[in-house]
Amino acid sequence: MKREPVIIAFCCHYCAYAAADLAGSMRLQYPSNVRVLRFPCTGKIEPNYVLAAFERGVDGVMVAGCLEGGCHFLEGNLRARRRIERVRQLLDEIGIEPERLEMFNLSSAEGPRFAAIATEMSQRIAYLGPSPLRVDHEKVEASIGEMRQQGEAALRGEAR
Amino acid sequence: MIVADRKKVPEIRDMIKGYDRVLLLGCGTCVTVCLAGGEREVGILGSALRMALKLIGRGNVVVDECTIERQCEDAFIDIVAPRIGAYDAVCSLGCGAGVQNLAERFPNTPVYAGLNTQFIGVLESQGVWTEKCAACGNCRLGEFAGICPFSRCAKRLLNGPCGGSQEGRCEVRPELECGWQLIYDRASALGILGKLEAIAEPHDWSTALDGGPRKVVREDQYIGDVGQKG
Repeated sequence: MKREPVIIAFCCHYCAYAAADLAGSMRLQYPSNVRVLRFPCTGKIEPNYVLAAFERGVDGVMVAGCLEGGCHFLEGNLRARRRIERVRQLLDEIGIEPERLEMFNLSSAEGPRFAAIATEMSQRIAYLGPSPLRVDHEKVEASIGEMRQQGEAALRGEAR
Repeated sequence: MIVADRKKVPEIRDMIKGYDRVLLLGCGTCVTVCLAGGEREVGILGSALRMALKLIGRGNVVVDECTIERQCEDAFIDIVAPRIGAYDAVCSLGCGAGVQNLAERFPNTPVYAGLNTQFIGVLESQGVWTEKCAACGNCRLGEFAGICPFSRCAKRLLNGPCGGSQEGRCEVRPELECGWQLIYDRASALGILGKLEAIAEPHDWSTALDGGPRKVVREDQYIGDVGQKG
């Protein structure tokens, strides 16, 4: 049975996560295959978090941070952009299309933009097709659930 | 410190693809500081290799990760030694010394290098390392105002600069500073330019690698039966 692609959105608590919330409040439609994971800042995202997502079989990853110059922690989003660029190079070395990973910048007031970039990413991944590392759909969903629980526990300050 | 950088994923993948169980072994000293082979880089490379192997149909290869404090000392290898037997091969993210030390210690296990060891250098700025020492075994920095003509001059001139020094830059690569300009400027600032008037004698390279692999022995510290090679 053909499954729709799964995309993880690593979202900054101060902008993209709020923008996704706003998109919902505004009753905007965006693809249901985008799974949102909340981070305290995109600067918290290590390369191995992104690699772990691909290793578990997700088809695409979007990283959404604050507008440049607007980071709550001053320059976390700028560091994230450089890190994400390095991971894209690494994906190319591995043999995965770097286009499956993209970083976006938006503010918390941009609900419509969140819906637009989620749609853009979803269309891009649909065009690229499933990840060559695709595993069982239920396993991917379970992995995302696990990553989300770990992330939320970390945000609450609970030890892993 | 020793500065290294990682080999490309396809190169490492092709080294280990014939084995069923591989241990990726990091080193917690120099290569951790230069962000090439520490615990974090081992985690990143482990993930990358598992994916790369899966893409060539070798997804069943087990790639485990471990990082020890120093690969260049047997006492630290002791910690991981009991686990080595469970693997068909080891891919070391240590410098060349670490790789060889592991190979000597585990004669029945193939050991591969995951890094390209580059040089002895310093952290110039965050994310930038530069070469400073050629490890020639006969330091003459005192003659050259504290700037090494072997590692800082592309031609290793002892009585420079050459005609290729232009506005403080080297003709070999325009972004390179001319080592001899640096020596001259520093000697000038220190008021010891006169020292440079003496002709520098040819260097004795027999103390460097040209004289074969070197060994430093401290008789007062040596205890013959301590250590794996005792």
